[in-house]
Amino acid sequence: MARKTTTARKATVTMLAWTIGFIIFFPVLWTILTSFKTEGEAIAAPPSFLFFDWTMENYLTVNERSDYPRHFWNSVVISVGSTLLGVLIAIPAAWSLAFVPGRRTKDVLMWMLSTKMMPAVGVLVPMYLIFRDAGLLDTKTGLVGVLTLINLPIIVWMLYTYFKEIPAEILEAARMDGASLRSEILYVLTPMALPGIASTLLLNIILAWNEAFWTLNLAAAKAAPLTAFIASYSSPEGLFYAKLSAASTMAIAPILILGWFSQKQLVRGLTFGAVK
Amino acid sequence: MGRITLRNVAKRFGDVAVIPSINLEVEDGEFVVFVGPSGCGKSTLLRLIAGLEDVSGGVIEIDGVNATELPPARRGLAMVFQSYALYPHMSVRKNIAFPLKMAGMEPAEIARKVEAAAAVLNLTGYLDRRPGQLSGGQRQRVAIGRAIVREPAAFLFDEPLSNLDAALRVNMRLEISELHQTLKTTMIYVTHDQVEAMTMADKIVVLNLGRIEQVGSPLDLYRAPANLFVAGFIGSPKMNLIDGPEAARQGAATIGLRPEHIDLSGSAGIWRGTVGIAEHLGSDTFLRVQVEGIGMITVRAGGDTDLRHGDAVWLTPQPGRMHRFDADGKAMA
Repeated sequence: MARKTTTARKATVTMLAWTIGFIIFFPVLWTILTSFKTEGEAIAAPPSFLFFDWTMENYLTVNERSDYPRHFWNSVVISVGSTLLGVLIAIPAAWSLAFVPGRRTKDVLMWMLSTKMMPAVGVLVPMYLIFRDAGLLDTKTGLVGVLTLINLPIIVWMLYTYFKEIPAEILEAARMDGASLRSEILYVLTPMALPGIASTLLLNIILAWNEAFWTLNLAAAKAAPLTAFIASYSSPEGLFYAKLSAASTMAIAPILILGWFSQKQLVRGLTFGAVK
Repeated sequence: MGRITLRNVAKRFGDVAVIPSINLEVEDGEFVVFVGPSGCGKSTLLRLIAGLEDVSGGVIEIDGVNATELPPARRGLAMVFQSYALYPHMSVRKNIAFPLKMAGMEPAEIARKVEAAAAVLNLTGYLDRRPGQLSGGQRQRVAIGRAIVREPAAFLFDEPLSNLDAALRVNMRLEISELHQTLKTTMIYVTHDQVEAMTMADKIVVLNLGRIEQVGSPLDLYRAPANLFVAGFIGSPKMNLIDGPEAARQGAATIGLRPEHIDLSGSAGIWRGTVGIAEHLGSDTFLRVQVEGIGMITVRAGGDTDLRHGDAVWLTPQPGRMHRFDADGKAMA
């Protein structure tokens, strides 16, 4: 049903939406602006918004002082690696939850999700000890493992939702056509759920990229991703807002660009099945 | 070859016995139709034969080999689904080729077989389209194409025409019958539409509440229904079923008379009644006549009958055409 919308009402709603959007984006914008200020201007009160001496000095210092490419590469390996591994484990899991449900399927799903409701710090000590004894501290393998486990419930849930949308008859047809379970998943299920799988991949790469708790606690040097790179500029010996901002900007830029280019895919994936 | 034997086949979902126990023989090359109202277990029975559901008891043999535990792919059967169940991300060509690819056939051989199947089904011009770009009838043809390329021992059809409109349904009904004439392969066809059953089948299996009510050729079932259920289910419009004193006079609990086996007269007859509704189909007219002491009776009259609501008529059952049923609903000799 078409709703009557007056121009004034439209203008108000548009203004409101832009305001809310701006408020949400403001911290990021402020970080980016601060990264171009001198340390003095960064802590000046009242702060200047746009009219200050723009400088690239912070970026040069940050690049001199730390190894950005290495942190960047670690972030890529950890986020992409943990997501791919998670999806590989989650596809068969979601397949069985969606297509051969048992009486406890809903409970299993809830139980998996409930692990996300626990504060991570609650298992920090045992995890740290396990990592130490297994020799996984400060290794990319260890971080890929822990981030896979952390995001697995979300990956399974998302894929389960997408798989539920696929008519079971099509998979039965594949079975009649002589497809083994492997071929059924490979040639029929996965291609049909591709939009959903793509958005699951994207969202989980973003989540893993931004994950700070485990990456900061379980890696310090060799395997440290960009989160550790940022954290190294918020040291207790003295705050350097401008350099911290430059480091933050460099850390979020890649994922921001990825998110920007894939936003259509992300939105489509996240609302998949909501409207037919 | 495609001889299918069911021995004491049973299916339970939890505590519910959907199919208590069924014995059935499907001969090689036969066109068998499972017909019954919704929930009678006909689709479940087909899925048991296909292997898409596990039996709870009994044995399924295909060509003399025990197939009860075989996975669907190894039974050598092909199935056409009600929703067509085409792979939406593949072209028509790839859809039809899929079972051959799964069987590990050479690409050149696959291409040849796909072309041949497409030619039989008038799909040659559509091979590179996706299922989403086809009409309902074309999609159904692709589904059939996917089934025939495998050269299966038997085809299983699960209400394949119920998503099509009436005109297309009649066409596809003919096409499937012609396909059966050409291929001479066993076909098992599930429908709730008794017209489809009557027109297509060599053998009809009437199912009700998971039990077989009667098995026979269409005309056998029409001429000699074994019980009240079959009598009421086969034939269109339905057989008139009369109980009470009129049945008792014939020595039965219920008597059955088909609308086409009642003579109509304006002046004399056995039962007197008044026309309620007249349905003019052109070729025939079906009259709903309210008969004193009996109730509503449907009568078939000629297409040029101009009887109307409220007209008085006399009805006379044709001799030897009356079906008699006992108190358990079984046909009496």
